[in-house]
Amino acid sequence: MLEITNLHAEIESEGREILRGLDLVVKPGEIHAIMGPNGAGKSTLSHVLAGKPGYLVTEGTATLDGVDLLGLDPAARAAAGVFLAFQYPVEIPGVGNVTFLKAALNAQRRARGEGEISTPDFMRLLRGAAGRLEISQDMLKRPVNVGFSGGEKKRNEILQMAILQPKLCILDETDSGLDIDALKVVAEGVNGLRSPDRAFVVITHYQRLLDHIVPDFVHVLAKGRIVKSGGPELALELEAKGYADFAEEAA
Amino acid sequence: MAAVKETVDQVRAIDVDQYKYGFESDIASDRARKGLGEDVVRFISAKKNEPEWMLEWRLDAYRRWLTMDEPTWARVEYPQIDFQEIYYYSAPKSTAGPKSLDEVDPELLKVYEKLGIPLREQAVLAGVEGAKIAVDAVFDSVSVVTTFREELAKKGVIFCSISEAMREHPELVRKYIGSVVPVTDNYYATLNSAVFSDGSFVYIPEGVRCPMELSTYFRINERNTGQFERTLIIAEKGSYVSYLEGCTAPQRDENQLHAAVVELIAMDDAEIKYSTVQNWYPGDKDGKGGIYNFVTKRGDCRGDRSKISWTQVETGSAITWKYPSCILRGDDSQGEFWSIAVSNGRQQVDSGTKMLHLGKNTKSRIVSKGISAGHSQNTYRGQVSVNRKATGARSFTNCDSLLIGQGCGAHTVPYIESRTPSAKVEHEATTSKISDDQLFYCISRGLSAEEAVALIVNGFVRDVLQQLPMEFAVEAQKLIGVSLEGSVG
Repeated sequence: MLEITNLHAEIESEGREILRGLDLVVKPGEIHAIMGPNGAGKSTLSHVLAGKPGYLVTEGTATLDGVDLLGLDPAARAAAGVFLAFQYPVEIPGVGNVTFLKAALNAQRRARGEGEISTPDFMRLLRGAAGRLEISQDMLKRPVNVGFSGGEKKRNEILQMAILQPKLCILDETDSGLDIDALKVVAEGVNGLRSPDRAFVVITHYQRLLDHIVPDFVHVLAKGRIVKSGGPELALELEAKGYADFAEEAA
Repeated sequence: MAAVKETVDQVRAIDVDQYKYGFESDIASDRARKGLGEDVVRFISAKKNEPEWMLEWRLDAYRRWLTMDEPTWARVEYPQIDFQEIYYYSAPKSTAGPKSLDEVDPELLKVYEKLGIPLREQAVLAGVEGAKIAVDAVFDSVSVVTTFREELAKKGVIFCSISEAMREHPELVRKYIGSVVPVTDNYYATLNSAVFSDGSFVYIPEGVRCPMELSTYFRINERNTGQFERTLIIAEKGSYVSYLEGCTAPQRDENQLHAAVVELIAMDDAEIKYSTVQNWYPGDKDGKGGIYNFVTKRGDCRGDRSKISWTQVETGSAITWKYPSCILRGDDSQGEFWSIAVSNGRQQVDSGTKMLHLGKNTKSRIVSKGISAGHSQNTYRGQVSVNRKATGARSFTNCDSLLIGQGCGAHTVPYIESRTPSAKVEHEATTSKISDDQLFYCISRGLSAEEAVALIVNGFVRDVLQQLPMEFAVEAQKLIGVSLEGSVG
């Protein structure tokens, strides 16, 4: 599904290279966890895949089902099935959460040449997803992320994911700022979206999240490259030993 | 409102220099000579078969205007206007007679059809019962048709052009015209008093709740023609009326002048709600052409517990100079001003309101949302003044500015004057930018950059949009999106 080959990317304004030859292959239905020390390039990877401005890809490729992602603008990537759950979801005052969801879904459907969703169908979809994520009517009515607690913001990201039904979900440190109860709700939401034709890339600093979202593969990202890959046990090893070894190895 | 209907459905890629309503209609017209003089004032008055007192009133205004200077305090810049280069009266030739739809020039009806104005009553009737709107259409200088008059007449509501009111209801016009905006009020109001050509007249009798929205639709068509309309609305004791105003003009290289006067009078317990969606041609992206919009709008809460509410969505005009105001004369009267002013390209907006608290326990509320993009300048200028006798007066102002891009400016100029210790006056103001993070967040969910801006801006102006009648709000929302297209990316 997702194939990243020898990806190099730098921060445009600084010319500083962050990703230095990253390779990753993710197949449908799989969950890949990406762990690593601060500054390893975890968030940069998620931003580059989603198309956030400010990064320059200098080498390498990233394709989704054979489509060159790097050649698409961010909206087209979304329509192609890429979804980034933000580490810091952004507030949009005055724009109702439901309005936003519907506008986004319809924009993607239009881009794919599908008709707009009918309001009753949309409401059914929304009610189902909101119920599973314990999202209240009040939260749906409020402006996007405005005045939401940390947990509410992250749940709202998962709600968007559930409505937009992407092929590839990238979770950027979704566990940061969550207490254990909120973490469980978010994890259950993600697990509920697992399917044979959807893949997840879960970026996290801590092993804790992976107790709840059990990955098929764990990768260690250090200094802009994947330096080690393994199964879920690798996360436990990292939890015990820290990242010091990998910082050394990569250097 | 219908005024902006077509836009939205069909036009996706409009820019400030691709103005949607820029079609010119080829309609024979009847004009006064170019320029201004007593003869022109007499010509206009004669054209309208006005009574002698009206002519005298106009001539008096004209003579006073000659002694006045153009105001320069607003934050707008434009070349000196040559008032002798303008035509002050232009009427489509075929509309001299009384106005049933069948007598209207079919060309003219086509123009309104293009604009999406529901002149055909049956077309409107075919719609939802609640969505009925009576329309007075003003083309260049004269009112061409007013719909739904019979139905309104059953309730005793008078809704007609002001020229007609002068003939049919001279006692009402004479009593109220100039009683809110005096002849000498300001340069443009005085000019309007001398040369105003047409406009709407509304009279709501005591205790009547007007059964439908009343609407005026203004369009400037003729080259080098100024439009000087005059609207007068009187709401007697305990009555209610909601009035909508829409405007467009064709796209032209030269600037066109628009100087209107609107007077509202609310007696005891009466309420007037006045909404405007202004979409005059804003000029091209280099600032060439566009309407100069110098408007005086004022409401007089003459009676106790009366209420006047102004709602405006200003997206057009090269220059906007407009301060819809309320005189809160009656005790416990209330004034409201809800405003969205969008500027893009080289547009300059200097707009706001004045709330003059004279009566006891009067209340005013001002909510202003300014959005600047491109190289435009957007100024809020507001005055809240509390008289010595206005004990217990309260005023609240909320003034927010949103900037899009690097080349534009937003300015807030509040004047607050309180002579009563018991008054409570509050002012809040914010200025913000659409952040790159907000844009990326929306775009990463599949919205285009323009859809994202429209969504964020509509969120920003939501409080004000909610004040508009529903059909109007939907159109206004889309119009704002269209006005800002080309402002990012």
